[in-house]
Amino acid sequence: MQLSREALLQAYRQMKVIREFEERLHSEIQTGEIAGFTHLYAGQEAVAVGVCEHLTPADKIISTHRGHGHCLAKGCDVNDMMKEIWGSREGLCRGKGGSMHIADTNVGMLGANGIVGAGAPIAVGAALSNKLDGPDENGKLRVAIAFSGDGACNQGTTFEAMNLAVVTQAPCIFVFENNHYSEHTGVDYAVGTSKDIASRAEAFGMKVWRADGTDFFAVYETMRELLDYVRAGNGPAAVEFDTERFYGHFEGDPQRYRGPGELDRIRETRDCLKAFRASVTGARLLTDADLDALDAEVMDAIEGAVETARAAPRPTAEDVLTDVYVNY
Amino acid sequence: MAKMMYREAVVSTIAAEMERDPSVVVLGEDVVGGMGTAGGPEAIGGIWSTSTGLFGKFGKDRVIDTPISESAIMGAAAGLALAGKRPIAELMFADFIGVSLDQIWNQIGKFRYMFGGKSKCPAVIRMAYGAGFNAAAQHSQSVHQILTGMPGLKVVMPSTPADVAGLLRQAIRDDDPVIFLEHKALYATSGEVPDGEHLVPFGHARIARAGEDVTIVATGMLLGFCEAVADKLAGEGIGCDVIDLRTTSPLDEEAILDSVEVTGRLVVVDEAPPRCGLATDICSLVANKAFASLKAPPQPVTPPHTPIPFAREMESAYLPSADKIEAAVRKLLDWR
Ligand SMILES: Cc1ncc(C[n+]2csc(CCOP(=O)(O)OP(=O)(O)O)c2C)c(N)n1
Repeated sequence: MQLSREALLQAYRQMKVIREFEERLHSEIQTGEIAGFTHLYAGQEAVAVGVCEHLTPADKIISTHRGHGHCLAKGCDVNDMMKEIWGSREGLCRGKGGSMHIADTNVGMLGANGIVGAGAPIAVGAALSNKLDGPDENGKLRVAIAFSGDGACNQGTTFEAMNLAVVTQAPCIFVFENNHYSEHTGVDYAVGTSKDIASRAEAFGMKVWRADGTDFFAVYETMRELLDYVRAGNGPAAVEFDTERFYGHFEGDPQRYRGPGELDRIRETRDCLKAFRASVTGARLLTDADLDALDAEVMDAIEGAVETARAAPRPTAEDVLTDVYVNY
Repeated sequence: MAKMMYREAVVSTIAAEMERDPSVVVLGEDVVGGMGTAGGPEAIGGIWSTSTGLFGKFGKDRVIDTPISESAIMGAAAGLALAGKRPIAELMFADFIGVSLDQIWNQIGKFRYMFGGKSKCPAVIRMAYGAGFNAAAQHSQSVHQILTGMPGLKVVMPSTPADVAGLLRQAIRDDDPVIFLEHKALYATSGEVPDGEHLVPFGHARIARAGEDVTIVATGMLLGFCEAVADKLAGEGIGCDVIDLRTTSPLDEEAILDSVEVTGRLVVVDEAPPRCGLATDICSLVANKAFASLKAPPQPVTPPHTPIPFAREMESAYLPSADKIEAAVRKLLDWR
């Protein structure tokens, strides 16, 4: 564990922002104020943050329908995201995208996606663009990352993307977040007989990693190794993180497919924030007081974001007609 | 007659046809729901509750839960159909046709013609379409415009539970591939459904309201808006002939032309974007074949030529509404 105190605080803060953002959305959604479909990322924070803490804005990511965590970890503004989810015309995507379609190219966040499996080929393209731009001043390639679920790994697009990445030696990284469910179907049913996503990537000729996605340090260290490999120009790579989602597939999902006590159990034993806290306080790197102070700060920030979103100006009928073609 | 919801009409018709014909097979994502989970099969039973109970009744060989692989679902439906079965494939959201389009467009839709009429592909592809839930640009589209333009496919858009039952039964028994479009906003609406072997033939529109002043043509969710406008204007002595197309391919040209010959005025209401779409298609049909009876130019009422926006205010501004339909009717009546 070579992370500085500052880096540890930053990582915890990022994970906490995502957790609180999601918890707050979960309760706000009950009020009926938020429209559309919302898929919460809570439980998977260690993956988004453990991956994105290594990246610069020149590194790109492509996200999924469960994109809030990836967006926040990559540096999208919390207030602007909240405004987008509220449908304000001041939202990150002017209220046109909503929860499922958030993007901010300024921070290298190329887009969440409502189409499962659409992201991987787009990430290959972004990686090829980075390859074309050449290495940075340290001789390292900038990369592109495709986040995909265990469900998305069954799409032909994902297979095609993996093969194309290998063929073109694109600096592309396939991050598979296996949270054991695609909607209401279990990974044990949907993913072949091997139940092993990483081995599929291996079959395309990629070097692969596997790690516990609820352990920030495992994610972070795995990504450090993997990124060293890809940035050095060895072509694409893939990683499968074993993780958990704490809420339903979408907000409103009754989750009858879960086993009795399953949610309590994963919240108790597989919570990346709890594990992080235990690990850093146990090793005396940070104190509970340090983390409690951060918790309070994050709660305030999220409260502020919700208030901002609530008060933000609403779109009008004229806004429907903008952004559809570039005017010459 | 039994009163039931639109979604109940879907599942009860499928169940009845599966009972009657052992070659009917259902496949799609989460059609069983809960496979491979602690909750077990049928923990969910289809995200629209349009396949609930089928797995328990007909088992895993006839109710096939699939991974998220639309291309494989549609391809498997093609294969099942070519080999003699009657697959009903579910595409959870119509927007996902993109992923599976080759199998629908170049395969399923073309086999019968390409193979000189010697093979048939009796697949039903069901999909939930339409806006109204602020689900934004990738989960709200009306795709009949694309599919109607593809020769070889029949395209069905029921607006009532009775038509769901009659048209779906027809679709399952039909030897051609049928795209069966269910509007998300209609799933929870109810109505009377005739008992037993209720069949509605394709290419026969339904006259939802009769009137002699203006013809209004619509499909799906928009019928309700048109009926409301017709009822309101009837109070002012204005008669609207509201035509529910039921199928866009084949198209009941006769019903449209007969009506316009009486009214001389046409409003076509469509939820898909305006360019190269159903509304322009029907306006052009009428301009070609009933020009002499027109008292005013045909009026399409459609969304603007943009993707579908997310925010509530924008989605409602985007969609055709009763107000917009009424304005179009009045514009025609005021013409010259
Ligand atoms: C092409 C396509 N098919 C189906 C869906 C419906 N859908 C949305 S999310 C989802 C499950 C995705 O599962 P997974 O990739 O494991 O991601 P997770 O939800 O677990 O994050 C499905 C089937 C979709 N949005 N797009």
